[in-house]
Amino acid sequence: MYAQMVKSTGERPKTLDEMAPDERAFQMRVDADIKIEPKEWMPEGYRKTLIRQISQHAHSEIVGQLPEGNWITRAPTLDRKAILIAKVQDEAGHGLYLYCAAETLGVSRDEMTEQLLAGKAKYSSIFNYPTLTWADIGAIGWLVDGAAIMNQVQLQKCSYGPYSRAMVRICKEESFHQRQGYDIMMKLCAGTAEQKAMAQDALDRWWHPSLMMFGPPDGDSVHSAQSMAWKIKPMSNDELRQKFVDQTVPQADYLGLKVPDPELKWNEARKGYDFGAIDWNEFHEVLKGNGPCNKERLEARQKAWDDGQWFRDGLMAHARKKNARKMAAE
Amino acid sequence: MKNEWPLWEVFIRGQHGLAHRHVGSLHAPDAEMAVKNARDVYTRRNEGVSIWVVKAIDITASAPGDKEPLFDPSNAKIYRHPTFYDIPEEVGHM
Repeated sequence: MYAQMVKSTGERPKTLDEMAPDERAFQMRVDADIKIEPKEWMPEGYRKTLIRQISQHAHSEIVGQLPEGNWITRAPTLDRKAILIAKVQDEAGHGLYLYCAAETLGVSRDEMTEQLLAGKAKYSSIFNYPTLTWADIGAIGWLVDGAAIMNQVQLQKCSYGPYSRAMVRICKEESFHQRQGYDIMMKLCAGTAEQKAMAQDALDRWWHPSLMMFGPPDGDSVHSAQSMAWKIKPMSNDELRQKFVDQTVPQADYLGLKVPDPELKWNEARKGYDFGAIDWNEFHEVLKGNGPCNKERLEARQKAWDDGQWFRDGLMAHARKKNARKMAAE
Repeated sequence: MKNEWPLWEVFIRGQHGLAHRHVGSLHAPDAEMAVKNARDVYTRRNEGVSIWVVKAIDITASAPGDKEPLFDPSNAKIYRHPTFYDIPEEVGHM
């Protein structure tokens, strides 16, 4: 998802009998849905996996500002512009909540940023696609934020307290994001033939990348079993993907748009949509850094980091000086 | 010198009459900026009427391992709760 390929221990989860006493007590608390809090004992693998997952999630929120930020200066009306600014500001806020949650596990904000810039930490593949038209802003809100909500709602139940609380806050704010996106799509679909074609084109380009947001199929997802046992990933990739398709197809129908999948069909027996194969090769290439915008995104983050250096240092120097003056006066 | 901004814990009073409640943390160079940042990060939707910030390193917390000696004694004192006492129905609400 926003954390698509989180490496866990790579091993199958231990049974309670195989665990050392500390670990068994920990697992029993997780099983009983008691939240784990920062200073409590936790297995090293749990801590490391969570740091990876939360920092990937945080980086995704931050990098996710870039494709949308691209349209702030060109939003079609002042209202749309104000809304888009508010949404992008929310994404920054979400990134900050998440960085703070990760920091409670003993990693610093700067370390996480350095890992992102060095290409060691990942962010969601979805943000490596370009926003070519205004309709893409609609499609992102509707599909990308829709998929994000689906993931984040279940993460509210995550076993780690600070992460779970950040998710509660984020979910409250995220619903506006999806609705404003769908609102843009409705407007375009009720407009001229050209505007409707623009909406269709955006759906065509964003549909499959959105499905990939949930990560590889369960069979190929080696790290899932342990993460699910620790309840840091309550639902599987395929379950969430199916839920997303079932929710979204009727919304596309309402808009009068066609989901770009010839094999998409309602399956009455299991009350869900069957859908065609996803090109996982594309997904892995984008994660590896070969998507259309990977280079541009990282360069933008690097530039922001470098250009902000004098500002971060300057404010810190000012704070130190002020503090020293205050001490001298006392 | 390492220049990472220190971590601050943020407390917001949601409405008049309520206590400040911990909502999260953030980084800022000093207290003044921490309040400004808290306003942007934690009150974008009318969540509060007042903000407190305190440096995270200045907070002293009880250790998770002390949970039992700290809190178990009060578990045994069930007579501190009103439900411990049976008041006959004819006495009415008390």
